[in-house]
This record gives sequence, C-alpha cells and structure tokens, in this order.
Amino acid sequence: MPAVRETVDTVRKIDVDQYKYGFVTDIASEKAPKGLSEDVVRFISEKKGEPDWMLEWRLDAYRRWLTQHEPTWARVSYPKIDFQDIYYYSAPTHTPGPKSLDEVDPELLRTYEKLGIPLREREILAGVEGSRVAVDAVFDSVSVVTTFKDELKKAGVLFMSMSEAIREHPDLVRRYLGSVVPVTDNFYATLNSAVFSDGSFVYVPEGVRCPMELSTYFRINERKTGQFERTLIIADKGAYVSYLEGCTAPMRDENQLHAAVVELVALEDAEIKYSTVQNWYPGDKSGKGGVYNFVTKRGLCAGARSKISWTQVETGSAITWKYPSCILRGDDSVGEFYSIAVSNGYQQVDSGTKMRHLGKNTKSRIISKGIAAGHSNNTYRGLVTANRRATGARNYTNCDSLLIGDLCGAHTIPYIESYNRTAVFEHEATTSKIAEDQLFYCKSRGLSDEEAVALIVNGFVRDVLQQLPMEFAVEAQKLISVSLEGSVG
Amino acid sequence: MLEIKNLHVEIDGKKILRGLDLSIGSGEVHAIMGPNGSGKSTLAYVLAGKDDYEVTGGDILFEGESILEMEPAERAAKGVFLAFQYPVEIPGVAGMTFLKAALNAQRKARGEAELTTPDFIRRVRQAADLLQMDQEMLRRPVNTGFSGGEKKRNEILQMALLEPKLCILDETDSGLDIDALRIVSEGVNALRSPARSTLVITHYQRLLNYIVPDKVHVMSAGRIVRTGGKELALELEARGYADYAADAA
Repeated sequence: MPAVRETVDTVRKIDVDQYKYGFVTDIASEKAPKGLSEDVVRFISEKKGEPDWMLEWRLDAYRRWLTQHEPTWARVSYPKIDFQDIYYYSAPTHTPGPKSLDEVDPELLRTYEKLGIPLREREILAGVEGSRVAVDAVFDSVSVVTTFKDELKKAGVLFMSMSEAIREHPDLVRRYLGSVVPVTDNFYATLNSAVFSDGSFVYVPEGVRCPMELSTYFRINERKTGQFERTLIIADKGAYVSYLEGCTAPMRDENQLHAAVVELVALEDAEIKYSTVQNWYPGDKSGKGGVYNFVTKRGLCAGARSKISWTQVETGSAITWKYPSCILRGDDSVGEFYSIAVSNGYQQVDSGTKMRHLGKNTKSRIISKGIAAGHSNNTYRGLVTANRRATGARNYTNCDSLLIGDLCGAHTIPYIESYNRTAVFEHEATTSKIAEDQLFYCKSRGLSDEEAVALIVNGFVRDVLQQLPMEFAVEAQKLISVSLEGSVG
Repeated sequence: MLEIKNLHVEIDGKKILRGLDLSIGSGEVHAIMGPNGSGKSTLAYVLAGKDDYEVTGGDILFEGESILEMEPAERAAKGVFLAFQYPVEIPGVAGMTFLKAALNAQRKARGEAELTTPDFIRRVRQAADLLQMDQEMLRRPVNTGFSGGEKKRNEILQMALLEPKLCILDETDSGLDIDALRIVSEGVNALRSPARSTLVITHYQRLLNYIVPDKVHVMSAGRIVRTGGKELALELEARGYADYAADAA
C-alpha cells in the first residue's frame, strides 16, 4: 500500500505540529446542522474561510440543484435518499473508537491480513484509539495537504487541498473549477458544487514532468456524513502527471452517500494519468449498509496532442454510478479508459465511460472488464460520439464480462453517435462464465476453489492491470481475489 | 500405491462404473484399454476428484488411505496427477504463473515452504530439459491457442514439475502425430521411478510400444474384464474389442 503508507507517514510527521503547515485550524468545530439549505452552504463556506466568489459559486449551484431531479436511467435500485437527513459538513471529531485491535470485527482484520496491510496501518484503518488523532487528520472531510511538498515545490508542481488552493491560487481555481464539469452538469455534480468539502488540487506547470506519482487517500468515517470531494488537476502545456486515488483496504461504514467530482484539464501536449482503486464497504451479506457512490469524473483534452488516461479498479460500494470520461477537443488528442469492475453479494455497478470526439484525428480506447458474482449486477454503459468536425476520429472499445455463478447479471450498453463519416468506431463485447472445466483443471493441479477463481479472474483482467502503476497493480490483484472470496464452492 | 475396490460410479443417475477393481503397486505402469464408453475417462476423473460423478459404492485407497472425501486439490497435494485428454484453456494466465501457483499451493498443503522465483525457474528449466521441451510455451497463456500436441506436452511438463506419485494419462496419445507421440512418451518414461506409479488410458496399442506397461487391463461396461501382460495389448490390436462386448451385458 504505498499510497497509504506515504500518507500515513506524512500524517505521523505532521501530527506533531500540524498548524505549522497552515491547515485548517478550527478543528474542534462540530457538524453543520443536518440537511441542506442556503444556511448550510454558507456555514460550510465560512468554516473554510472562503472568499465571496466561492460562496456565490456554491450558492448558485445550490439554487440550481433545487430545480434538478435525481437521475433514474442507471440500472441500479435503492431506497429513496432523503437529502435532508444527511450531514453535509463535519470537521474531525473525537468519538471513541475501539481500544485495541482485539475489539475490532475479526472478519475485517482477516481481510486486512489477506491484503498484507501492516499492523500499524490496520489499527489506523480500524479506527483504534490512539491512532485516532492521526487518522482524523487525514481521513475526514478536511483533507490534509499531502506528501513531498518540498520536492514538488522544486519542480514547481502545486499539490494541495482544494481549500488551500482556493485561498492561495484563486486565479487558477476560478479559471478551471467547473470548466470540465459545469455546475449544472448533473444532479450529483451540482450537489457537490454546492457543498463540496475538500479534495485535491494539482497544477503542473508548462513543460514539467511531475517527479513522482501523486496520491491521496480518503475515507468516509463519520456516521451519516455525505462525502463530497472535489478534485481538480491541471497539466499545462507539455506537462505530465500521474495521480493515484484510493486505497485497497476495505472500509466499514453505514449507508453513505458519496458524490465526488473530479475534473482534469490537459493543455497542449500534456498528459494526465489518473488511477483509482475503490474498495468502500459494499454492504453486508444481505446487501445492507454499503456506500452509495455517485461520482462524476471527466477530463478535457483541451490542447492538441494531449492525452488523458483513466484506469479504475472498482470492487467496493453497494452502488456504483460512475463514468470517467474524456472530451477530446484538441486535434490529435487521445483518451483512454481501462476498467475492472468487480461485484459480489448484492452490489450494483453501473459504470463505463464517455468519449466525445470533437477535434480532428482524435483517438480513444476503452477496455472494460466486468466481473459479476453472487447476486450482483454489473453494467457497462458507454458513449462514444464524433461531432461534425471530428474528421478521422477513431475509437476501439472492448467490453468483456465474466460471470461467476448463476444468480448474477452482466449487461453491456454501448451508445455510439457519429456525425462524421470518416470516423471509425469499433466495438467488441463478450460475456463468458467461468467454466466448471477451468475450475476443475486448476483444482486438479492443487489450487483451492478460491485460488482457482482468483487465477482465472486475474487472467481475465490482465490487460487492464498492466495499465496500473506496478505496485498499485499488485495491490489491485490481491484486492480482486479477496473481493471474490466465497463466490464459488 | 493405488487400490480401487468394487467401485460404483454414476453420473446423472446413469451407471458408468459397475464394481471396478484395480490395484497398482509402487513403480508399476499399468495400461487400461477398452472401447468407447467403457468408462475409462470416468475412472480418470473420479480418481482426480471431479464433482459431477457420484460414487455409489466401493472405495479408492491411495497409499492406504481413502481419498473419496478429498477435494481435488488435496488429492493433488498428496501426489495424484491427471494428464487431461482435453487440457483446458485459461486465457490471460501465463503458463509460468499457473505452474508456480500450482506448485506452491501443493507445497503449502504439504507444509513445505513456497519456492522462491529463482528456485522455481531452475526447476522449470530442469523439467523442460528432461522432456526436451521449449520453455517458450510457458510464457503463453495456459493452453490458449496451443496445438493438440502442444497441449499434451504441456500436461507432461506439468507432471514433471509437480512430481506426482501417481500419474494418470487419459488418452494422452490422441491427437498426437508420430513425432509428438515419441517426445511425450520419452518424457513419461523419463519420469518412471520406483516411487512413482503410472496409469495409462488409451484406445491404441501404439502408445504402449513407447511406454511399455507392466500390466494391461481391458475395461468394458465399467469393469476390468481381463488383465494380462504387455502382449495383451497386441492381441487387442489384432482382434479388437468385440470379444469383450458380451461381458458387458
């Protein structure tokens, strides 16, 4: 877990004198009142010491949100969400946690062990008292400015919390915030715009290759607190950055709404690689209590020859509603989407991507691997479009689904719209089941049921795993195996 | 090594094996021949522990211990190996990865330490050299896009690496040309040892020119109906299985 380890180490360091770094100082404060109103939006903005323009931006979003409706087109079902029954802001609090690992759910500990998480980190993840203060600093809505600040500074890379960026780099934030995902884009994105808590801000200046992978690590750990992260990454002309989001460790929680927005902007000749491993609590064996994950992620290839690449490994959440997309506006720009979505138990996944070809000779590539087990439903939903000026646009889409057992479902819903006759779009899709023969073959060589499934599944997702940074890929592979435990036999 | 007593097996209510007896001593090579549908492949699968078969009577003892209640993986770790008639493709999983997973799973089950990567690679090289096979095959996904001959050779390579005590070869000769047949047979012969027993299932006497058995059994309608030395195979080749059809009834 390099991503986690870095963060944890950092937090340990800064824990001693966190004020020195100019983090939010008023951490003793309580939650905003339950529910959403203009007052709550003002409360959030004030807590964060935001300038007027930011408050106005939020209020505008809030008023527009009031006129919007929840989208219902996705192949997911869940009880109606009462948006007035949610807390929209919470600073770190000090509710008592377990005193030691002995008090933590043994099943959770077993999973940590399988994932190879070091003991110290297990304590932190499980919220054991004592490790608590450090945890709060990272894991709650108020995010902490992250790693390697000095080295990044040398390279001229800005990497900080969104709150800090709003204060220190208002010009960049005003220019790009909402430029890829407009305030009114969709119900959840608008909600996020009104109440976003915090998130990451990255700016890589012209011609700079970011010297390290950037990573953050979020956790939802307040009961009934909606989480509304907001991330903005800008790669200026000729810049390169690779960003890792998420964590392989499973997170226990109650039903929670999560509606993040991620915006990427790549200018001329710039490249952004964004990798996610998502493993939020998927709910218990009967499907109760998992995280609802309604995310809007979009990248704009604004300049010629720019490139944006999304790679995601999704194993968690009760409901996943997520379509990391690329707008290919610059000529010769490239968009990529590599996805592994694993669902088990009663999880519902409706995920995919959109590739909008606007510029000439734009190219996109979609490789999606869905794995459904248990009673889960796993839908790939993708949109590929070419507008009139997108001469020479090319897309290649490959969607493979793997079924484990008889009670799950896999669905592939590709939409293709082309308004330019020179555009060439290819779509391939397969659905297969893990064959009894394959399982028996592996088992006759000494593998257990679970090892056999893990091996076959890892073969199935290999193309996508190869896209992840090396260490992340190893973690992801383990995570997929653990997620599918108990799916056969 | 292996003792099968009065074994009765059904699949979907259909009786396939009807009181089969067979005993193979340490270091022995036995061949089972018989017409299509006599239950030869069923026997191979039941020995390896395939799910779909229901054992309705009798017992299988491996080194004196009944293996009927054991999972396939447990049997494998104890030293039972089946070379499949139709080896299965596993797309995306490199042969090396597969072999390492299998070998280490078996070692773990036996309470042995997992092999390090260099040790593993050394063993693979030894096994491949022994069988005069090209390791290149192991970089490709397991059996995916392999020719019939490559698949069978891959089975024997796995056998050499996993070092089982009981090798069951289910029609390993089918689909092989003469050259491949020779290579595969030489591989099997190279693995003959006093501590290892082999059960060769085949339709044709031809294979037994290369892998010379200690005993030949004729199987018909789910039973061993005749047992003899290697010359029995020649007799079958000359006269066919017609003589044994009557016993089936």
